[in-house]
Amino acid sequence: MLSRTASCLYWLGRYVERISYVARLLEVAQRMSAMTSTGAMTEWRSALIASGGEPAFLERHTTVDAVAIIDFLARDKTYPSSLVSSLEAARHNARTVRGAITVDMWDAINGAWLESRALSDRDFSRGYLSQTLDWFKMRATLFNGAHSNTMLRSDAFFFVSLGIFNERADNTARILDVKYHVLLPSYEQVGGGLDYGHWTAILRAVSAQRAYHLLYKDRVKPWNVAELMLLRPEAPRSLRSCYHQITTNLDLLNGHYSSRGGECHRLAGELHARLRYGRIEDIFQRGLHEFLTEYIDRNIDLGKEIETFYFN
Amino acid sequence: MVSQAFDEMDGPEQRGRPQYELVREWLNQSTSELLAHKIKEAELLFRRVGITFAVYTEGGDPERLIPFDIVPRVLDSDEWDSLARGLEQRVRALNAFLRDVYHEREIIKAGHIPASLIDNNEGFLEIMRGVNVPGDVYTHVAGIDMVRVGPEEFYVLEDNCRTPSGVSYMLENREVMMRLFPELFADHPIEPIGHYPEELHSSLSSLAPLNCSGTPTVVLLTPGVYNSAYYEHTFLADEMGIELVEGVDLLVENDIVFMRTTEGLKRVDVIYRRIDDDFLDPKVFRPDSALGVPGIIDAYRAGNVTLANAPGAGIADDKAVYVYVPEMVRFYLGEEPILKNVPTYQCSKPEDLAYVLDHLGELVVKAVHGSGGFGMLVGPAATREQLEEFAAKLKARPADYIAQPTLALSTCPTFVNAGIAPRHVDLRPFVLVGQEVKIVPGGLTRVALKEGSLVVNSSQGGGTKDTWVVSRRGAQSQSQGQGGQTQSQNGQSQNQTMGHSFMSGGADA
Repeated sequence: MLSRTASCLYWLGRYVERISYVARLLEVAQRMSAMTSTGAMTEWRSALIASGGEPAFLERHTTVDAVAIIDFLARDKTYPSSLVSSLEAARHNARTVRGAITVDMWDAINGAWLESRALSDRDFSRGYLSQTLDWFKMRATLFNGAHSNTMLRSDAFFFVSLGIFNERADNTARILDVKYHVLLPSYEQVGGGLDYGHWTAILRAVSAQRAYHLLYKDRVKPWNVAELMLLRPEAPRSLRSCYHQITTNLDLLNGHYSSRGGECHRLAGELHARLRYGRIEDIFQRGLHEFLTEYIDRNIDLGKEIETFYFN
Repeated sequence: MVSQAFDEMDGPEQRGRPQYELVREWLNQSTSELLAHKIKEAELLFRRVGITFAVYTEGGDPERLIPFDIVPRVLDSDEWDSLARGLEQRVRALNAFLRDVYHEREIIKAGHIPASLIDNNEGFLEIMRGVNVPGDVYTHVAGIDMVRVGPEEFYVLEDNCRTPSGVSYMLENREVMMRLFPELFADHPIEPIGHYPEELHSSLSSLAPLNCSGTPTVVLLTPGVYNSAYYEHTFLADEMGIELVEGVDLLVENDIVFMRTTEGLKRVDVIYRRIDDDFLDPKVFRPDSALGVPGIIDAYRAGNVTLANAPGAGIADDKAVYVYVPEMVRFYLGEEPILKNVPTYQCSKPEDLAYVLDHLGELVVKAVHGSGGFGMLVGPAATREQLEEFAAKLKARPADYIAQPTLALSTCPTFVNAGIAPRHVDLRPFVLVGQEVKIVPGGLTRVALKEGSLVVNSSQGGGTKDTWVVSRRGAQSQSQGQGGQTQSQNGQSQNQTMGHSFMSGGADA
């Protein structure tokens, strides 16, 4: 396969996953901000910080408020990770490798792109935002379904999967990190009602609220939420699940190309092993935020190694 | 002025031509509601396939789909055989001319073509002089634009020897027709065309460089996603099972072309390139081209890669050179040309220029080096101002123009708002040249959807039709069919078998 084709497939997977993530991130902010009436914008701002987009945001905006942040994360065409930009980039990649993906995948992404052109100012206003975010998530899910149901299990499939799970690993870590950046008002206590609400919002954003109750049969507690999202193999968006998929797809590529692999394979294996054998107590002791920051950085390194090994 | 055009279904004096017997029956039996319904369905199918078909400009606005007409254009096998013989002959002569003009130049020495016409021509590439190309083939894929003015009268309007496009429309039109009207294909022994990509692939492979060992690696080189024919590029690469590459995917080391793959560098033997000469190699042509591959011409001249079509092939489809194609057939092949040229006035000749200026209102005037209908004047359709403007251009640079009589292009029944009505058509068959010449029976029929219009270009309200070549077996069953019911039943079961083999042929392709 052409290196450029492989790269486009990988980025196609990443951008579609990013659509789903940015929608989830905005949803967290929306839910959290609905719980307080301080008007401090700390929830929206925390989503912005966690997304890694704060510096780019401050280049474009002077005031930090909900409207500006929604505008920026949802539909700023000059910000490459906004919902609208991600969809545009996903479609561009899909079109470039049109021959390497299935009709269903193309329809899913191109259909979304065509429909997105009709989105209006109203669709991005606070009142309609949830509906619009649901629509974006649904279209990403449709693509994921088409990908897993219609694509031949060959290198093209492995590259799209690699993109999806590499992106999702990053996204899960970032969504969890939102909580670190939200400041509780001084009258609220850690472990209090609002704190509880925040953790619930995070669970809901990763569609894991029911899963939490099934697994823990307990009220929502930070270390359980973190364990679910980081270490549990049952949760499809957990970091561990993502790394399981990443190592699996890298191994499949090795098999496909009869190759022994390279640094990307080693690094993915190492990161996966730490999640398989890690304990949530240790992570909390060292600091959750520090752990997440490290994983986000290592995940970026992994992306670079994949690029070096396959796309150059 | 345009005389009464030949109608391909009705024929002269409305007698009805046998080639269209079954189409006529089908049209008679189909209510206009049914046809209108099928047209809607066709649009949906094209949107679906066609979502890919439509090209989006950078601004994000979907370009219109090229309209598809559901009434097929029919040729019988006798008509086709004679056309195909003529096409093969013409394309052989064009290739012989290209070989000659870049080597010994016998045709110029013999005084048949003026040297000035070649040497002052921007289509002529000096770097191709003395370069030997595999199989002496320069134009591997030629699109020959034909028009018809009578039962036996076909003319070549122009030759396209560089990178003719449109073949994906030919194939998709058939695909859509087969889905919409499967019964028509069961009843008509229509020659299949679905194997075109396979033929193209084997044709290109047959001209791999001599030093290529094993199965040649063939790739299609595209300018990229913003090119208007990008869909066709992906379609053909896909159907042939070859890589669709852009310039950035290729690199040249020691005069050998490689592509960058997930498993490292892989050698490339044959490049079906769909980018223009000018952009091929920034080291040789436009240095600012980011689409091409630095060093590819060196690799080509070293005989390490085949480029199809060859650089410099454009000299053969220059409109001023066109006039001499019949002469080429006689000179290189020692045969009389089967296909006729449209009588052409060369404005570089004073007596021709005088005639053209006197009869501007009746003629079609074309710029010699232009393509795609740019710099063209259709006399009968032009306003006074346009005529005057063109007369001035002609006087200023006569050698840049040729003129031809306005032909009464044949008409074909076409579905329009008012129902079925005759519209003017042309035909572009695609000729493949490898070790042998192959022509898939059919071509792209373009139709001018506006009443009375002779302009079939898609940019000016043209559409396309499926083009059927009805095989001899069909002609037999048809003549038998006139006898009665039993006969036509025979015809049907026979045709069903045809239908099956066609389907499997299509799936293999």
